[in-house]
Amino acid sequence: MLGAGVDAAAQAAFEYGADEVIVVDDASLADYRAEPFASTLSALASSSTPDLILFPTTARTRELSAMCAVDLNSGVLTDVSALSVDGDKVTVTRPIYEGKVLEKAVCEARPQLITLRGRAFPKPARESGRAGALTKAEAKADAKSTVEGYSATEAAVNIGDAAVIVSGGRGVSNNPALGLDEKATAQKGFELIGELASLLGGAVGASRAAVDGGYITYAHQVGQTGKVVAPDLYIACGISGAIQHLVGMRNAKLIVAINKDAEAPIFTQARYGVVGDLFVFVPALTAALRKRLGK
Amino acid sequence: MKIIACIKQVPDSEAKVKVTENGQVTWGDAPLVINPFDEYAVEGALQQKEANGGTVTALCIGPESAREALKHALAMGADEAVLVSDPALNDIDSVGAARVLAAAIVKIGGADMVMFGRQTLDNGAGVTPPQTARVLGWPMLGWVGQIKVDAGSVTVERVLEEGRQTVKANLPAVLSIVQSIGEPRYPSFMGIRKASKAEIPVWSLGDLGMSAPAAAVKRIEISNPPVRETVCEIITGETPEAIADALAEKILAEKIL
Ligand SMILES: Cc1cc2nc3c(=O)[nH]c(=O)nc-3n(C[C@H](O)[C@H](O)[C@H](O)COP(=O)(O)OP(=O)(O)OC[C@H]3O[C@@H](n4cnc5c(N)ncnc54)[C@H](O)[C@@H]3O)c2cc1C
Repeated sequence: MLGAGVDAAAQAAFEYGADEVIVVDDASLADYRAEPFASTLSALASSSTPDLILFPTTARTRELSAMCAVDLNSGVLTDVSALSVDGDKVTVTRPIYEGKVLEKAVCEARPQLITLRGRAFPKPARESGRAGALTKAEAKADAKSTVEGYSATEAAVNIGDAAVIVSGGRGVSNNPALGLDEKATAQKGFELIGELASLLGGAVGASRAAVDGGYITYAHQVGQTGKVVAPDLYIACGISGAIQHLVGMRNAKLIVAINKDAEAPIFTQARYGVVGDLFVFVPALTAALRKRLGK
Repeated sequence: MKIIACIKQVPDSEAKVKVTENGQVTWGDAPLVINPFDEYAVEGALQQKEANGGTVTALCIGPESAREALKHALAMGADEAVLVSDPALNDIDSVGAARVLAAAIVKIGGADMVMFGRQTLDNGAGVTPPQTARVLGWPMLGWVGQIKVDAGSVTVERVLEEGRQTVKANLPAVLSIVQSIGEPRYPSFMGIRKASKAEIPVWSLGDLGMSAPAAAVKRIEISNPPVRETVCEIITGETPEAIADALAEKILAEKIL
């Protein structure tokens, strides 16, 4: 556990099943920067010689694991969707060519560094009050940059972990009946999408067209240049289904599409579809599900 | 300002990539293109050259055919291009690629900034930029959407999943560039002519004074993803409410909520 003021997180790690938590609590690690995090982690790995270091797949861990692989003279396998363990041999499966091909690969050096795709495994049950061995370790100061500022776009958005994602595309800005301009219409559209998402305890996603249009922030973007997600349920509203969007969501267990255009490519991926206006069908679906779920 | 843009050649996003019966990746006769993310790196490099003067060199590891990707960078406005090509590079992993790139960057004569795209479309790992930075011992500035250079230092805005971080580092530095840098410019007519005549030196590992780095990561099998049943059931009904009811029923019957 690297950071500043990470006691609560260390406790959570025990409750999710960790036997030992090594805590590096240091003011120099308050702001994430690649070098001090990598140097600290590499030093820890050199002294405690683990066989395997696992990370979740995020922008930061792609960077961090990659740098540690250089330090430790090993290799890294990112965005792994499944792994099998046979003795001390770990074989990973990871999508390549934007998910068009699956690769099985191994890392022959130790430690093996692997980043796991969000929801690659079910989350372990949390056992409150569970404890374990807490070890303190030192940070390795190696700041090659300084953080001058930070603005959170939306702290609460984490589409990578969401079990349900309701996404909006350019279609959210198309409802002439409202008599509003494009952005105000899109805001209405995303309100409807947000209501459905929150009824289902899910997150709001978006296509790049919606992000580029300024209807919603980049943190919500699903796809090749956004986030690759794998929820149980993905509801695409007013999204045409361009290949760059599909590569981000086609691993969802169940895909539902609402689109005006019966020919939209999104229907080639969806299990259920409604050809029609999202401004009509999203609220209707929310009402129908609310009734059935008794909420 | 000396800038190196590292690029790769990949099959186009629209290509139907699959695995053949004898276990090879194929994309038929779909075109190979400059990795789309790397176009942002070239664009970022050209913007900095315009702002601060200097040169942009495009650098690529790949087969002879990867010249075409370098020519694309030249046509966009890069001044020079270098291809590192050697049959011994076929089995390198990302750490190996970073070591080879770092050696090539040194042979080029170093740089103030080395720019990458954030990841490739083929491997998709996004690890070569930070690994190259690590091998060089330079600061790594990843997911950069804006760049400002000032007297030996660079200040960037990093576009992260949950916010925007402004970070300052001394030069030289390695950057990976994302789309907020602006749409990559189209190759100009003059640029295309210049690129078609350009001499692109090809360096072997011997030219870099190294042998192929041993790969820690090994691919043991590739396969096509399981074919997914993609028959879409279009829900119809008399009224929107009836359709929504039927759809809600179907979703709940899947027992995932
Ligand atoms: C290098 C590169 C990277 C990219 N990365 C991504 C990425 O990460 N994610 C991504 O999503 N895209 C990405 N794209 C863009 C992608 O190619 C598409 O342009 C984009 O996904 C289109 O978004 P959209 O489906 O919302 O918009 P459109 O394609 O415009 O589709 C809008 C859809 O809404 C429907 N519609 C309109 N009004 C309504 C209504 N009232 N009710 C219901 N339906 C309605 C229309 O029928 C249409 O199908 C990328 C492109 C490139 C070149």
